[in-house]
Amino acid sequence: MWIDAPPFLLLFIGGLLAGVTRGVVRKAILLVVPVLGGLNLIGMQEGVHLTWDVAGYTLTVFEVDRMSLLFGYLFHLATFIGNMFALHLGEEDRASMQHSAAMLYAGSALGAVFAGDLIVLFVFWEMLALTSVFLIWARGTERSYRAGFRYLIIHVLSGVLLLSATLMRAHETGSIDIDQIGLNGSFYAWIFLLSFGIKAAFPLLHNWLTDAYPEGTATGTVFLSAFTTKVAVYSLARTFAGEDLLIYIGAAMTAFPIFYAVIENDLRRVLGYSMINQIGFMVCGIGIGSAMSINGAVAHAFNDVIFKGLLFMSMGAVLHQTGRINGSDLGGLYKSMPFTTGACIVGASSISAFPLFSGFVSKSMVMSAAIYEGHEVVWLVLLFAAAGVFHHAGIKIPFFAFYGHDSGIRTTEAPKNMLIAMGIAMVLNVVIGTFPQQTLYLILPFDAPYSPYDATHVLTQTQLLFFGALAFVGLQKTGIYPPELRSTNIDVEWSYRKLGPWVVNGVGSAALAIDGYVRSSVMALVHGVLAAVNRAHGQVGPLARSWPAGSMVFWVALSLAAYLLFYLYR
Amino acid sequence: MSQNLPALLIVVPLLLAPIAALTGRWKAAWVVALGAAWWAFGCSLALLQRVRAEGVIHYSLGGWPAPTGIEYRVDLVSAFVAVIVTTIAAISVPYARTSIAQEVSEDRGALFYAAFILSMTGLLGIAITGDVFNVFVFLEISSLSAYSMIALGRDRRALTAAYQYLIMGSVGASFIVIGIGLLYVTTGTLGMEDLSHRIPEVMAQGRGSRTIAVAFTFLTVGVTLKLALFPLHLWLPNAYTYAPSAVTAFMASTSTKVSVYLLLRFFFTVFGETFSFVEMRLNMVLMPLALVAILAMSLVAIYQENVKRLLAFSSVAQIGYMILGISFGSVLGVTAGILHLFNHALMKGALFMAMGCIMYRVGSVRIDRMAGLGKQMPWTMAAFVGGGLSLIGVPLTVGFVSKWYLVQAALEQGRWFVAALVMVGSLMAVIYIWKVVEVAYFGRRDPEDSVEEAPLSLLIPTWVLVIASFWFGIDASTTAEVATAAADLLVEIVP
Repeated sequence: MWIDAPPFLLLFIGGLLAGVTRGVVRKAILLVVPVLGGLNLIGMQEGVHLTWDVAGYTLTVFEVDRMSLLFGYLFHLATFIGNMFALHLGEEDRASMQHSAAMLYAGSALGAVFAGDLIVLFVFWEMLALTSVFLIWARGTERSYRAGFRYLIIHVLSGVLLLSATLMRAHETGSIDIDQIGLNGSFYAWIFLLSFGIKAAFPLLHNWLTDAYPEGTATGTVFLSAFTTKVAVYSLARTFAGEDLLIYIGAAMTAFPIFYAVIENDLRRVLGYSMINQIGFMVCGIGIGSAMSINGAVAHAFNDVIFKGLLFMSMGAVLHQTGRINGSDLGGLYKSMPFTTGACIVGASSISAFPLFSGFVSKSMVMSAAIYEGHEVVWLVLLFAAAGVFHHAGIKIPFFAFYGHDSGIRTTEAPKNMLIAMGIAMVLNVVIGTFPQQTLYLILPFDAPYSPYDATHVLTQTQLLFFGALAFVGLQKTGIYPPELRSTNIDVEWSYRKLGPWVVNGVGSAALAIDGYVRSSVMALVHGVLAAVNRAHGQVGPLARSWPAGSMVFWVALSLAAYLLFYLYR
Repeated sequence: MSQNLPALLIVVPLLLAPIAALTGRWKAAWVVALGAAWWAFGCSLALLQRVRAEGVIHYSLGGWPAPTGIEYRVDLVSAFVAVIVTTIAAISVPYARTSIAQEVSEDRGALFYAAFILSMTGLLGIAITGDVFNVFVFLEISSLSAYSMIALGRDRRALTAAYQYLIMGSVGASFIVIGIGLLYVTTGTLGMEDLSHRIPEVMAQGRGSRTIAVAFTFLTVGVTLKLALFPLHLWLPNAYTYAPSAVTAFMASTSTKVSVYLLLRFFFTVFGETFSFVEMRLNMVLMPLALVAILAMSLVAIYQENVKRLLAFSSVAQIGYMILGISFGSVLGVTAGILHLFNHALMKGALFMAMGCIMYRVGSVRIDRMAGLGKQMPWTMAAFVGGGLSLIGVPLTVGFVSKWYLVQAALEQGRWFVAALVMVGSLMAVIYIWKVVEVAYFGRRDPEDSVEEAPLSLLIPTWVLVIASFWFGIDASTTAEVATAAADLLVEIVP
């Protein structure tokens, strides 16, 4: 409004300042910068605001329309809440690194949603990966270092794919605009879809999410859950709206994580799976492609950031206070952490789409759109998924963390700043859920009037929820419900964590199977393939050796002879 | 004054070199070298300005017109290369003061700076002369002084490295002079422009076409040997590894670049692109060799334990990128090649200078000796990361600009596969740069082995190059414009 600066710039400056300041000054920066940034967006005119001529091309660095504006507000809000939640960090938590990385990460996300062309999008796309990985590494454990590495490799790969696809498209059509691409039969469209699909955690491409997010710091995961996948959803909405394939991908995404989430023990990983499930609703909404469904998809992205953030915050608070996060180690915390328990329940209600909570007003929009456009089967899958999410995220998380068997942990309530951050998110969840017409619906990109509070929606949803709850109680009482065990779930990442090295190195190589993480296995794969190459290129290989002068001259003579033959008998 | 700029660019340093040697004291010689480098820097900038404003400058030495006398012929390509050489020289000399004082024994300091001035002069001479025999003379001036600079390194292996370089360099130079001789026999002229008219005439008359093909062969081998195109790069790794750090930084950024310029001059100006690329099908030779250089040498670099050697192999790979660009034969491809000349000079200069800082404090550039340097020498390692990002081709660095043009040039001709290989090369650069970064930032340094940050006299020149490599990465308009205009001059075939 009054600065008209590119939104990412403010946060980048804030991020750099947060890295070098300490104490009260840093706290002030962390809280003021997102607010300033948010105010900056208010009343922003639509259209191109900033271009940049480089290497003979004009790049559109900063372009505004209704959809990017919605994500802009959302990301500032998430930054503010996340910073508030992380405000207590001290130097022993690598606070400079975490704060700085978080702000730069948020800035990159803003840069991506306000990008006016694909090249700029690519730059911020890679920056998202490079900045966010520090929020995982900041945990400081060997496990998080490795997980961070796998995360980084996959995301850089996604960026490389994006750039390749952009170049191919620029070559074929001459356009680098971010507009409808769709699966138009060209090769590059698939590469785009693959690149976005990695970031949006499509089935079989999703493992970076459940692998890396639970390894982030207690506060860092709150940021991680807010930005990366939402940028992917935004990009999909821009380029693949109305693509039928996405409906089915989205439906699959909503359904399959449920099974994993039910048996997973690490509660933040459970949230990771439920996150894929929620993104599934958004992808599905984008695939349906009507004005209402896309509204629903982005509205759900908005709400998801807030309620998933709230859930990650409540689990972060538990991790921060107890140092544990496995369902089997927790339980009975409601006495010592009543406020966090409340926050978790509000988050759980929202994600389960209870009427009057935010998830309801957006999820029902996607589901209604599915019915209006005649996708009955998809609607049933979504219905199943909605019940499933209530089951694992709505009941399981609060039940195992705060109720269930008493784990004997006696702790205190989380620091004040964490409580304030959770409080803000709670209020937002309820306000958006109760008064959608006055809040969220005002900023949706398309004009498609929708009213969530009619008898059909409310009744369907309530019935669904009650039967879901009944199922949980039934299973729990009859003892069929899978107990929380210390175990590792085998998911698709098994193929690159375990199967690849196993095939390459034979059954006997037990060492690799133990150390079967991607970095080591990919490196092992590379080493395996290159063993022969190494003989040629390694320290003493013929290509790398220091040659005696005589043989160098021999090569010259040989080249001369070869060239002569080539030129004279061409 | 300004009329005589081309001559002054060469003559003044040429006179300063013996003065530097005669002073006998390294400090005095350093001042002379600084003067020579900055003088040449100023002259070459002025030349570039003039060429951009007025077009090609012809300057007849001693007032003898071209076919008889020697002519300096400065076009955009020459002026651009001269600016690259002098920029690096002007930054290297201040850097050399501290670095060379430690790495070269004091009594040889004056000789070193004399050799440095001569080497720079030789390179500049190659860039601006319009006479092929003169090219050979300057080539020998720059090479001979380069051999002696390498031999001055304290490491005893420097001597054998210099000796090998001497042999290989001399073979290359004699091949070039044989090629020139054969051309002279068939055409009776040595002027570049004259040759470019005479060769088609001779070919049209049908006599001596075989001789010209042989001359072409000798020049190809001689020039690709000088510019270290795979598989004739064998002299380069040792020469770069064991030379004093400042020499490596200077040579890696200039001498192979000037040889690439020579390739452009011979095959585009003297023989003409139609002859080189259509009749002789030079691209059929250059493109596969360039691709092998990019992939094989990047792979070798991954396995190196000595970082200077690692960077040397990476240089051979980067030369592959330049030659790849040129081998497309299109305006866009040659633009990419010329741009990468400049961009690679900046980034490799910065990287080798960072290695010089580490050499100065740690006394070794082996990877295992760099553990924990990220904390102890933060500015040096940050410079290394900056240069490394450029080598990888991350956006906002010069490396990205080069790769962008290169990939565009490949796609323009529908060569998907080549474009993909360029990307693979970048990924390999990620691995070998990361290898160093991982040890420096995540390794733990033995407390007994702790070191201080390098002195400012080394850090400032290093960072000038690092910042330049970001500056021209963010605002590539000037360099891209000059490179495109230069490529326009060279390329005749319009697709």
